[in-house]
Amino acid sequence: MAIIGAEQTPGFPTTAPHHCAPAAVPRGARVQAQGWGWKHAGRDRPAVAGLEMDIPAGQRVLLVGPSGAGKSTVLHALAGVLDGGDEESEQTGTLLIEDIPAGQQRGVAGLVQQDPESQVILSRVGDDVAFGAENLCVPRAEIWDRVRGALQEVGLGPEEGITLDRDTSRLSGGQKQRMALAGILAMRPPLVLLDEPTANLDPEGVLEVRDAVMRLVERTGATLVVVEHRLDVWAEHVDRMLVLEPAGGISHDAAPAELLAPGPVRDELAAAGIWVPGYVPEPVELESRALRRVVEHSDEHDPRSSSVSDASNSAVLLTGTGLSVSREPRTPGWRRRFSAPPAPAQTDLDVELDGGSAVVVTGPNGAGKSTLLLSLAGLIPVHAGMLAAGAALKGPRGADLPDDPFRWKAADLVSRVGTVFQEPEHQFVTTTVRKEVLYGPQHARDPRSGERLFTDEEAEQMADDLLELLGLTHLGEMNPFTLSGGEKRRLSVATVLAAGPDLVFLDEPTFGQDANTWAVLTGLLRRLVAEGRSVVAVTHDRDFIDVLDARVVALR
Amino acid sequence: MTAVFPAGAMRSDQGVPFDPAAPSRPQRASLLERANPLAKLLALLPVTGVLVASMDWVSSGIVLLAAVALLPVSGIRPLEFLRRAWILVLAALVSAWGTALVGEDSGATLVAAGPVTLSEGSVMAGLATGLRILAVALPGVMVFITTDPTDLADALSQKAKLPARFVLGSLAAFRLLAVLTEEWRTVGYARRARGVGTDGNLVHRTGSWLGQAFALLVQAIRRATRLAVTMEARGFGAGERTWARESRFTALDAWVILGGIALAVLAAGLSVATGSWNLVWA
Amino acid sequence: MSAPSAPRDRTASPTSTTTTSTTARPAQRSWRVVDIVVAAVVAVACGVIFWAWNLAYAGIGGLFVAFPPSSGLVAGMWLFPAVLGGLLIRKPGAALFTEMVAAAVSALLGSQFGLTVLASGFVQGLGAEIILLLFLYRRFTLPVALLAGLLTGILGGINDALIFNWFPEYTFEWKLIYVAFMAVSGVIIAGLLSWLATRGLAATGALSALASRRAHQEPVV
Ligand SMILES: Nc1ncnc2c1ncn2[C@@H]1O[C@H](COP(=O)(O)OP(=O)(O)OP(=O)(O)O)[C@@H](O)[C@H]1O
Ligand SMILES: Nc1ncnc2c1ncn2[C@@H]1O[C@H](COP(=O)(O)OP(=O)(O)OP(=O)(O)O)[C@@H](O)[C@H]1O
Ligand SMILES: [Mg+2]
Ligand SMILES: [Mg+2]
Repeated sequence: MAIIGAEQTPGFPTTAPHHCAPAAVPRGARVQAQGWGWKHAGRDRPAVAGLEMDIPAGQRVLLVGPSGAGKSTVLHALAGVLDGGDEESEQTGTLLIEDIPAGQQRGVAGLVQQDPESQVILSRVGDDVAFGAENLCVPRAEIWDRVRGALQEVGLGPEEGITLDRDTSRLSGGQKQRMALAGILAMRPPLVLLDEPTANLDPEGVLEVRDAVMRLVERTGATLVVVEHRLDVWAEHVDRMLVLEPAGGISHDAAPAELLAPGPVRDELAAAGIWVPGYVPEPVELESRALRRVVEHSDEHDPRSSSVSDASNSAVLLTGTGLSVSREPRTPGWRRRFSAPPAPAQTDLDVELDGGSAVVVTGPNGAGKSTLLLSLAGLIPVHAGMLAAGAALKGPRGADLPDDPFRWKAADLVSRVGTVFQEPEHQFVTTTVRKEVLYGPQHARDPRSGERLFTDEEAEQMADDLLELLGLTHLGEMNPFTLSGGEKRRLSVATVLAAGPDLVFLDEPTFGQDANTWAVLTGLLRRLVAEGRSVVAVTHDRDFIDVLDARVVALR
Repeated sequence: MTAVFPAGAMRSDQGVPFDPAAPSRPQRASLLERANPLAKLLALLPVTGVLVASMDWVSSGIVLLAAVALLPVSGIRPLEFLRRAWILVLAALVSAWGTALVGEDSGATLVAAGPVTLSEGSVMAGLATGLRILAVALPGVMVFITTDPTDLADALSQKAKLPARFVLGSLAAFRLLAVLTEEWRTVGYARRARGVGTDGNLVHRTGSWLGQAFALLVQAIRRATRLAVTMEARGFGAGERTWARESRFTALDAWVILGGIALAVLAAGLSVATGSWNLVWA
Repeated sequence: MSAPSAPRDRTASPTSTTTTSTTARPAQRSWRVVDIVVAAVVAVACGVIFWAWNLAYAGIGGLFVAFPPSSGLVAGMWLFPAVLGGLLIRKPGAALFTEMVAAAVSALLGSQFGLTVLASGFVQGLGAEIILLLFLYRRFTLPVALLAGLLTGILGGINDALIFNWFPEYTFEWKLIYVAFMAVSGVIIAGLLSWLATRGLAATGALSALASRRAHQEPVV
């Protein structure tokens, strides 16, 4: 419970009601904020301050703002789930849904979060969708009608081959996202809150989820607040756009039409880092000397970089022939007799990566993009076929390394191949943002002599520059886990780049970024490629492919 | 790390007529699968009680026989059963062996090699120990293999009236079992990508294993936190709720419970009658 | 616009909370959803460890043949969730709940102790719970954690050796030694390790939603 005083207020559902009857629910709910603000525990400045807004019932609102502006914080507050019981978080002002403080009511706002995996509650599709309705005391007979209807609505009905007892862990990311939406639908909430509901979905899935959302609000008349960085998908479908200022309130309150038309508002928004439709920011040019060292991998430390640049693009870093990739380890023979091994996610791929190349892997959800990336990066064994690192990747000091990067030691791997995982949190190994970036350069060693590749000063300089560039300086002493979604993503990219690898694999490097941070990330990667290193990225982001001028590998 | 998952969590009963409001047990499922989980637990209670009370091979043997006899009607595929039970058999053997070694020697000496002596008396004691462990373990395995965790949760909160918040919280956590096992692997890859190696000497390996276990714990707690937000956002924890699926007791459940009591009485009775009843606290 | 009727009871006037500026709130005694789910997930993770441990235990059982009661030395593994749950959640019943769920999970996965793991889980969880209660759920320092581990170990040992009497062939002295070994194991594995784990977890920021979020900055004693 977030809002103070909720526990003491009699009569609210948080203090268990005596009867179980579904509440009469209005079609849409009005949302008002008056000077509302929230400061997270352990932060010296509020995430949101002085928020003023009035959203009439049934309006469709797109809430945008730079990464870290506090959009998720606002949605969580509206859903009444800002973590409470915390003596150090601070709230100011009021946030009302239908004239009742948002934290004091449950089930009025239905929230869909960004990460599909944490949306799944129970192990059967039917139970999971019914869960919210059960909590709202909907009678049993009605629940199943609602569940069927909701699943139909989001395209997970029996026609699609999804039965009510389907195991939820056997749904793809996009299907999980849609199931979460169905769970909200079955609650019939007057306020629907969506936090980047289409991040990580393939372009087809994005449109499907968007259409399901629009059908939902059309039919129920619910108020909709959706947070998304990419406006083009939503702009034409919403009534109003609110722009949130970092550590502040609403800076712009625009109708979508204003955005689409060229003019001062559009320019202003673009400058603030909003992805106004049709605008692609120019990747930044890197200035800092220390950073140049990251991307150039200074010569006195490593002779191979010069040779790679000299031989311009002729040095082969990695070759793979007839590759099959799978998450499932090749099971030992005695177990195979009990259960047939699952089919590999991708089969018969040929790969050749040169220095200075940019490759983008695309494909629908579940195609095996991440699996391919992890296999190429030497983190999981290839299922079949042959993968071999070229002499250019091994470098003069690693001439006697085995061909297959999977058999390298972690220390040898990290200075040659960097991997950014799809889920940033998996890779955090320290307790503060700054230490996290320092970790790579401080541990990068020459595998033979054991001598460090970077001095302490170099490492610190590099960390400071990277943090500054990615807008994370003010978060240096914070725990990585408390960052916003986009901040975590930038941090995970920074940690890998800081170790100065020759070959970088990135899984969805730009998701959750505003236009300005996107420009920095793409600028960094472009510079890497220009220096003769190679970048392989999994992404659904067309603009990313364009600015990197990348070769596209489309998986099916 | 691979874990053995409860069958219920993984099973998909496709092709069977499905009534969502009914408990998830499909119509053509075995007797044991159709019984209410609570009834099965209640049936197990007196049986376990007898086994705990007496350490003798008659009562243990009867319960084991009954378990094996029930195997065909339990609907458990023999392979599945073996996959779950072999480790328990191993555990029983180890205990039997240990008891035979340290047990008080009596009767004829069978083996005497240095400090190791096996006598008729100690071997019988070992056998009884092993049988007792198997008799305690195998019926439990059968009950849990045939029980869907969701049904168990339904029964615990609707019939046993345990607080729904705690039961459903645990059920949601239980679903993460499979997710966490996967996560164990992913965390391993992710740490390797950051340069945290798993090679080196034993100390180094143990250290990095502990590090990975810790990282898994971190991920588990992060997931739990997000899951709690999701559940709260769906109105969970506010108070009363309805149940989309009713947990029911049927005539079958009465028979299951009666069967459990009967088996307990039979095991205890025969054991006393044959004079082998051996109260462990005596 | 005219406000439609609100979905829930609306007896409280909105003005009662119009200007709330938060200051320190007293720590809540009641369980929030996040407490329940975190405790349960920690228990599930421990349940998996138990399951792996049961395997290892069957495997290394032979090691203890020289002096069987020494197997109590590693039994602390089973006590781990009780103290960890208590230290992480810091709510009445947390130790008991976590240990019980962990026991239930290991039963579901298949345990050589059958239904009796539930009873054992209860008795073991009770040990940590009693100590935390004695300190009124206010102190979670190293000595408290060690004490909780100790009592958990003692109760767990008594449960194994005297209540369920898994080792009827032991003499009474051996049983006492077993209990003592388990107590030591409880102090080290359940007490010390849980305490270290809690501090480590707090330092990563993973506990930000829990009452133990500042555990790494708390004094040791
Ligand atoms: N649990 C937390 N504890 C402390 N600080 C937090 C927490 N969650 C978010 N913050 C901070 O609050 C600010 C706003 O975060 P929020 O997640 O609301 O941003 P956002 O607008 O959703 O960003 P993004 O687009 O990157 O997701 C950020 O600076 C973030 O670091
Ligand atoms: N950890 C895992 N263990 C087993 N199978 C997995 C695992 N992760 C994914 N899979 C399966 O492997 C296949 C490929 O998954 P992968 O994650 O590589 O897809 P993807 O193309 O990256 O999808 P997305 O766009 O959703 O990230 C899918 O069928 C998926 O269900
Ligand atoms: Mg966000
Ligand atoms: Mg992927």
